[in-house]
Amino acid sequence: MRKHLALCVLLAVAPAFAQGQTSNATASDNAALEQKIRDLEDRIVALEGQVRMLKSQPGVASAPPIQPAAATPSSTSAEATAQAATAPAAPQEPVRLGGAGTAAAKALNPDISMIGDFIATTGQNPVVSAPTMEMHESELGVQAIIDPYARGDFFLSFGEEGVNLEEGYITFTALPGGIVAKAGKMRSAFGKVNTLHNHVLPWIDRPIVSGNVVGGEDGINDAGFSVTRILPAPKGLFLEGTGQLFRGDSADVFKSSQRSDVSVVGHLRGYGDISESTNLDLGVSYARGHNDLGSSFVTNLYGVDATLRYKPLRRAIYKSFVGRGEFIWSQRQQPGGAACLPGTCPDGVAPNFQRAFGFYTSGDYQFARRWFVGGRFDRSGRARDSRITDNGTSVVLTYWPSEFAQVRGQYRFTRYGAPFSNTAPPGKEDANELLMQIQFSLGAHGAHPF
Amino acid sequence: MMKRLTFLGLLAALLLPSCAFAKKLNVVTSTTDLGALTQEVGGDRITVESIAKGYQDPHFVEAKPSFLLKLRNADLLISVGLDLEIGWLPPLITQSGNGRIQPGANGYLDASQFAEILEIPQGKVTRAEGDVHPLGNPHYWLDPDNGRRLAKGIAGKLGELDPSDATYFQQRLADFDKRLSEAEKRWDAQMAPYRGRKVVTYHRSWPNFAKHFGLDVVGYVEPRPGIPPTPSHTLDLINLMKRENVKVMLIEPYFDLRTPNSVASQTGARVLVMTPSVGGEKGVDDYFKLFDYDLNLLKQVFDSTK
Repeated sequence: MRKHLALCVLLAVAPAFAQGQTSNATASDNAALEQKIRDLEDRIVALEGQVRMLKSQPGVASAPPIQPAAATPSSTSAEATAQAATAPAAPQEPVRLGGAGTAAAKALNPDISMIGDFIATTGQNPVVSAPTMEMHESELGVQAIIDPYARGDFFLSFGEEGVNLEEGYITFTALPGGIVAKAGKMRSAFGKVNTLHNHVLPWIDRPIVSGNVVGGEDGINDAGFSVTRILPAPKGLFLEGTGQLFRGDSADVFKSSQRSDVSVVGHLRGYGDISESTNLDLGVSYARGHNDLGSSFVTNLYGVDATLRYKPLRRAIYKSFVGRGEFIWSQRQQPGGAACLPGTCPDGVAPNFQRAFGFYTSGDYQFARRWFVGGRFDRSGRARDSRITDNGTSVVLTYWPSEFAQVRGQYRFTRYGAPFSNTAPPGKEDANELLMQIQFSLGAHGAHPF
Repeated sequence: MMKRLTFLGLLAALLLPSCAFAKKLNVVTSTTDLGALTQEVGGDRITVESIAKGYQDPHFVEAKPSFLLKLRNADLLISVGLDLEIGWLPPLITQSGNGRIQPGANGYLDASQFAEILEIPQGKVTRAEGDVHPLGNPHYWLDPDNGRRLAKGIAGKLGELDPSDATYFQQRLADFDKRLSEAEKRWDAQMAPYRGRKVVTYHRSWPNFAKHFGLDVVGYVEPRPGIPPTPSHTLDLINLMKRENVKVMLIEPYFDLRTPNSVASQTGARVLVMTPSVGGEKGVDDYFKLFDYDLNLLKQVFDSTK
C-alpha cells in the first residue's frame, strides 16, 4: 500500500516538473527520476523485510508495558499506593525461566506437531497377539530453539492408554570444538533402527532382531548424556563419533539395580558420496549395561549397520532406492548352565554367556512420486535363549497422498523358533499376517537427521 | 608466570592479525542462486559453496552428512528462508557443531529479509491448500530487482563479518549493480513485446519472475502447491488453457513431463523446461546467464506461438 502511495506521489510530481521545464526536460532527467523511483522501491522492500524480521523476533510482538505510578514523584504516598493497587500486576512480575511474555508473543511458541499411527492387523500369529485395530501411537512433538546456544525437542508418545516420554532433550549447538552435546531422555545411537521414530520407519513393524535383542519398539532409550563430534578424515569422507552415558534402564535390555549400573553406548559412523546420487553410510555400534538379573550380570551388544542410498537429483521426488542392513550380536550374562546345552558349547565360550546373533536386510524402491515398494528379510536368535531362532519375510507397499499422510500395507510371514522344552523336539510355528497402517501428521514436525 | 603471560600475549598479538588477514570468509549458501550472488559481491576474498544443486527441487534436498563437512567450517550460512529449506536445513545446522551459523548467531543470514516477497497468505493457513508457505513465496530470487537487493544485503553482511574488506565488497556490489542494471535494460527490452502473455506453470515457482517480466500466470499443473497433478485438475487446466488461449507452459527441470506433455498435446501449447536456478542447465553458471537462458527460451517460444 505504502509502496503504491510513494509511487503515485512520484508519478504525480513527475509531469509537473516536465511541464515547468519545457524543452529542458531531457532523457537524463527521466533516467534520474527512474533511478530515484527504483531506490525508493528498494528502500520500501528493505523496510518490509525488516518488519517481517522484527515480527518474527521475540519480545517485539508486545510493547513493554508503561509503569504508571513510578514516574510521578510528586504524588503522595497514598495516591501512589492506590495507583499501584489498581495497576495491573503483570508489569511487576519478575522474569521467570520460560517466561515468554504475553499471549501476543505467539511467534515464540514452539513448533507443535502430532503424528497419528493407526494399525490394523489380520491373519494368525500363534506367538505375538496384536489387536485387530489400534491407534498404535500418537506422537506429540514440541520443538523450539531455546536460546542462542541450545535447542529443545520433546516427543511424547500416547498409546491408547497412557503416555510415555519417548524423547525429551536439550541439544547444545554452540559448544567449542565442534562438539554437539545432548542431555535428557533420548533414543540411543545404537545402529540405525534404534534411532528412528515409528513414523520414519520404512515398515509398519520393527525388525525381529530389534525385538529379540535391542528392546523392540522402545529400544535403547534412556536418560543420560550424549556427545557427538565430526572426526578428522580424508577429504570426501565423513566420520562421526558418538559417546553416550545412560542411567541403565532400557526396555528389557538393560536394567539398573543400583546407581552405578549405568550403561554406555558408542557409535562410529562413516559416510561417503559415491556419486552425486549414490551414497554409502556405514556404522559400528557398541552398548554395554547391566541386565534384569542384577548388578553382576552384564549385557554387551555389538552392531554393524550399512545403508546404501540412491536418489537421482533431477528426479529426486519420483525415484529413489534405499538398501539397508543391520547385524547385531548380543552377549548376555546369565547364570551358568542355561547358556548352551551340556556338551554342545563350543570351546572357549564361557558357559554363563548367552550369545545371540540377528540381522535384517531390506530394500525400498520408490517407483512413482507417491509409491514405494519394499521388502525385508529377518533372522534373529533370542537374547535369553540363543538356541531359538526366529525368521521372517515381509513385503511392503506404501502410498503417500501428500507429504503429510501415508497409507501402508505389509504382508508378514514369520517362522518362530519354538522354545526348547525338556521333552518335545524343536518345532516351528508359522505366522501369516497382513498389516495396514495409516499415518498422518499435523502441524510443523521438525525434520529428522539423515 | 607473569613472563609467560606476556609471552603468550605477544604471541597472540603477532598471530591473530596475520590470521585475520590471511583468512578468507568461508560462506555456504543453501541454493546456487544465493551462491552466485555471494560470489558476485565477495569476489576472491571469500570462498562460497552451495548445498542444493540448481537442477534439484530445493524443497526436497537430502540432509546428507557430507554437507556437514561444508557447514562445520562455515563463517556464514545464507539461506533462502520462508520455510523453503525447512525439511533439510535445520537438522544440518543442529548437527554441524558450528556455533557461528546457528539461527540468531551472527553467521546466519536469512536472505528473504532483503527481497520483495509475493503471495504472503492472508488470514488462516491450512494444509488443505497443499504445501503452502505461510510466510510467502520463497522463489523470490527470480526477479533481477530482488537479485540486486539480495546482493546489497549480502555485501553488507560480508562487510560486517570482515570489516577490513568492506570497501572491497561495496566496490564489487557497485560494479555488479551497474552490470545488472545494463542487463536488466536488455532483458526488459527483450521481453517488452510479450508483456501480458498468459502462461501456465507447474509449481508456483515463478511469481516474481512473472511480475518483473509482465507474464500472466493463469494456472498451475499442480492442483495445490506440492500436490501432484490429479486427473480432474488436469481436465480443468486443459479447459482453462483452451478458454484463455494459453500456449506456453513453464516447467521446472525436476518435474515429470508426462502430465504437461499430455496437456500440451490437447491444447496445442508448448512445454518449456526453464531453469529456476543457477546451475540448472549446462552453462547457466552465474546470475546473469540464468536470465539470459530463460528469457531466450521464452522469446523463442513466444515468437513461435501466438
